[in-house]
Amino acid sequence: MALATKVLEEQAPPAPISIQPRPPGKRRLRRLVPPLLCFVIVVGVWQGLSASLSNGRQFLLPPPWEVLTKGLLAHDAYSKILPALGRTTALALGGLAVAVALGLVTGTVLYRFRWLERATYPYLVAIQAIPILAIAPLMAVAFGYNFFAKGVIVVIIAFFPIPTSFLLGLKSVDRGLVDLFTLHRSGWLTRFRKLALPNALPQLFTGFRISAGLAVIGAIVGEQFFQAGQPGLGMLFIQYIDYVDYDQLYGCLIVSSLLGIAIYASFNYFSHRFFGSWHESAQP
Amino acid sequence: MPESAVAARSLLDVAAAVESPAGKGLAFEGVSLVYPDGTHALAPVDLTVAPGEFVSLVGPSGCGKSSLLRLASGLVEPTTGSIDVDRDQLGYVFQDPTLMPWRTVTANVELLAELHGLKKAERRRLASAAIDLVGLTGFESHLPARLSGGMKMRTSLARSLTMNPEVFLFDEPFGALDEISRGRLNDELSRLFSQRQFAGVFVTHSVQEAVYLSTRVVVMSPRPGRIAATFDVPLPVPRDPEMRFDPVFTDIAHHVSSVLREGS
Repeated sequence: MALATKVLEEQAPPAPISIQPRPPGKRRLRRLVPPLLCFVIVVGVWQGLSASLSNGRQFLLPPPWEVLTKGLLAHDAYSKILPALGRTTALALGGLAVAVALGLVTGTVLYRFRWLERATYPYLVAIQAIPILAIAPLMAVAFGYNFFAKGVIVVIIAFFPIPTSFLLGLKSVDRGLVDLFTLHRSGWLTRFRKLALPNALPQLFTGFRISAGLAVIGAIVGEQFFQAGQPGLGMLFIQYIDYVDYDQLYGCLIVSSLLGIAIYASFNYFSHRFFGSWHESAQP
Repeated sequence: MPESAVAARSLLDVAAAVESPAGKGLAFEGVSLVYPDGTHALAPVDLTVAPGEFVSLVGPSGCGKSSLLRLASGLVEPTTGSIDVDRDQLGYVFQDPTLMPWRTVTANVELLAELHGLKKAERRRLASAAIDLVGLTGFESHLPARLSGGMKMRTSLARSLTMNPEVFLFDEPFGALDEISRGRLNDELSRLFSQRQFAGVFVTHSVQEAVYLSTRVVVMSPRPGRIAATFDVPLPVPRDPEMRFDPVFTDIAHHVSSVLREGS
């Protein structure tokens, strides 16, 4: 028999959707207004700055329209930039995948053996502090001028946020829940699978987002240094500067930042899909 | 006294005579606790809680009330003395609901059965019975973020009920709730107790709550924590909100309050 048959005064807070005065389509439109306005301003300032340059120096900052038509939409431009984008994307995602795999293992091991965390954390920070351009020549000597060496650079750059954010998530478990698992004598693996891991997922995705941006930077830096094989975006930058082809240089810049945004946004999307219902960090 | 209360009492007497409460309860013998930094948390304490007894611990902050629960559960080892309790038959309700925010009400309530390796069908059965018992039917698939404070606490209570514990420890579970939710949960807990006849230990700051729920009130005093006084509450269970105005009730509440004032 039920001890409590009614909980009238204790109803759950009403779902926010039901009290929205505006239809969702209109709301979405309103949310798009500020970034669009900002875009118009940025393009305007760009146009103004470009126009203010003397004729001899205007090549340094071509007007937006010229960048769009000559640097992006011209066959000469996109036939080079798109394949390069593909190669850079593959390099960044490949390196990111390795960094994620290594980071997950590292985070788990450090969580399991706390003394290892104390022992190795300073060196994790040190990896983060490595000036990547300074060790790129070393990579070249060690692995040759190839995809693998570039990949190593991406991994080194993108690695740090994964184990650190993962570990933070694993450790920031509600004390009461830890006590509850202790009271019921659950082993380490149960605790990890049922408590620490799900608890760490939102933080882990924050780490993914940061690493994704770093991986794109790492890929471009690697390509710029190695200057070998089929050209990626990083190599195109150097070529365009050498050829004084600044329209296409700017086009290439826009494409590479779009790549970073795309990877970031997809992690954002998944994080919202998975944890939006229960974790603040995933709220839009 | 209202007629229904008299009826309740006689019914209870019958129930008590028919089924003897299960389990062996909880016994502290000369239990003291000194923290590594030298803080004397508890002076030697003797306390026995038999099945069918509901004991409230009241006292100012730092008098070792919560320490007693942590000792009973084995989360903390005593410095001296011994504790006799079957730790496989222990329920523990914390100050916070301590729910997993990624799990629905049902999945949260199923947790303990899951940790004990029960089959899925059995887990579901236990969980839905417990959810029914605390009046959360209809909210099974809600995530904790969409529940009110009282409903979160009910979920926590349902979770601890699934394994049908013989000894029930409550660490100020309703302290953060509003007066109305708190009163209602007190009534339900009292009914639950009269039905299941577990050995209950309830830590609270509220004298009213302590007297209302308990068959015995233990007043503690701080530095180091020790038992200052003990009061039996000879009112029938389950308690009825009207009993708060019973002279027996007000008299005990008055005495408990005056001991608390002297002790601190």
